[in-house]
Amino acid sequence: MKTLADLRAIKEKAKMEMATREQSAKYRISVAMGTCGIAAGARNVMSAILDEMSKRNIQDVHVTQTGCLGYCDQEPMVQVTGPHNNTITYGKVSPELARKIIAEHVQRDKVLADHVFK
Amino acid sequence: MRELSLNILDIVTNSIEAEATRVIIAIEERQSQNLLRIRIKDNGRGMDEEFVSKALDPFMTTRTTRSVGMGLSLFRQSAEQSGGDLDIQSQPGVGSLVTATFELDNINRPPLGNMAESLVNLIVGSIDVHFCYLHKTDFGHLCFDSYWLFARMAESESDIYDQVAPAKRLLREKLKEIKSKSF
Ligand SMILES: Nc1ncnc2c1ncn2[C@@H]1O[C@H](COP(=O)(O)OP(=O)(O)OP(=O)(O)O)[C@@H](O)[C@H]1O
Ligand SMILES: [Mg+2]
Repeated sequence: MKTLADLRAIKEKAKMEMATREQSAKYRISVAMGTCGIAAGARNVMSAILDEMSKRNIQDVHVTQTGCLGYCDQEPMVQVTGPHNNTITYGKVSPELARKIIAEHVQRDKVLADHVFK
Repeated sequence: MRELSLNILDIVTNSIEAEATRVIIAIEERQSQNLLRIRIKDNGRGMDEEFVSKALDPFMTTRTTRSVGMGLSLFRQSAEQSGGDLDIQSQPGVGSLVTATFELDNINRPPLGNMAESLVNLIVGSIDVHFCYLHKTDFGHLCFDSYWLFARMAESESDIYDQVAPAKRLLREKLKEIKSKSF
């Protein structure tokens, strides 16, 4: 049985590892979780992304949630930020499209132009 | 929202946007009292009295991206339609507590839905925030702390993403154990 202090230490260590990863992360993915995003299905999009990260054993990518981006009719929205801080924003993302973004954009550096929101 | 667990995800997102570092989600289901109570407590930046009185107005938002904020109003609507209400206690610099109550057997009450999805996604999507989830029913209680994922991660020297499925499974199982038949 671990004490709370042990757990804190473990979490600090894990957080540090993740912070290093965040810095060295090739891509950062954020899912918009404002009210419109959630109502449009952002939770399942997040679940699909997390699932792909584990299945594909991807480690150099950091996944976060953000608030609303202000384009409610385009929700769910997913942003992928690349190594030079260039951000691509995808709109109307389904869980299936989210999986494709991981497979194509994140793993093969191929932007899915048809789904990019301008 | 089809599920209260989606409202919860939404309200906790407010806490995260208010820069909370600790969030407690407490759910209490009492068949004996025909009551479902959901409480979300954070240590975020809080709101002053005047703001709280207006926060439930959908036209009240500090968002710069658009002029309406729907999260709290939707949650209140859901509670009121289910014979309950929504209350906000908040103090600037200290934090906020949102409490929503529902009649458990009210026909308009949305189901709680998939809390495991909401909670685990929140934890992994905001790793700097410490989450604690408490769920009490007439049959038992559950307590899940976000440290669980990090401890598992350290023990198995695996990635956080590999803890998502096990954490969701564990939560679903534990919740089933304490669920009443009618819920
Ligand atoms: N936990 C909290 N701590 C501090 N301020 C809060 C909190 N919850 C809500 N607020 C304030 O109340 C406002 C209204 O919240 P509400 O969830 O209704 O809408 P929103 O978050 O602005 O937009 P939306 O939920 O539609 O994406 C927020 O903009 C924020 O300023
Ligand atoms: Mg909100």
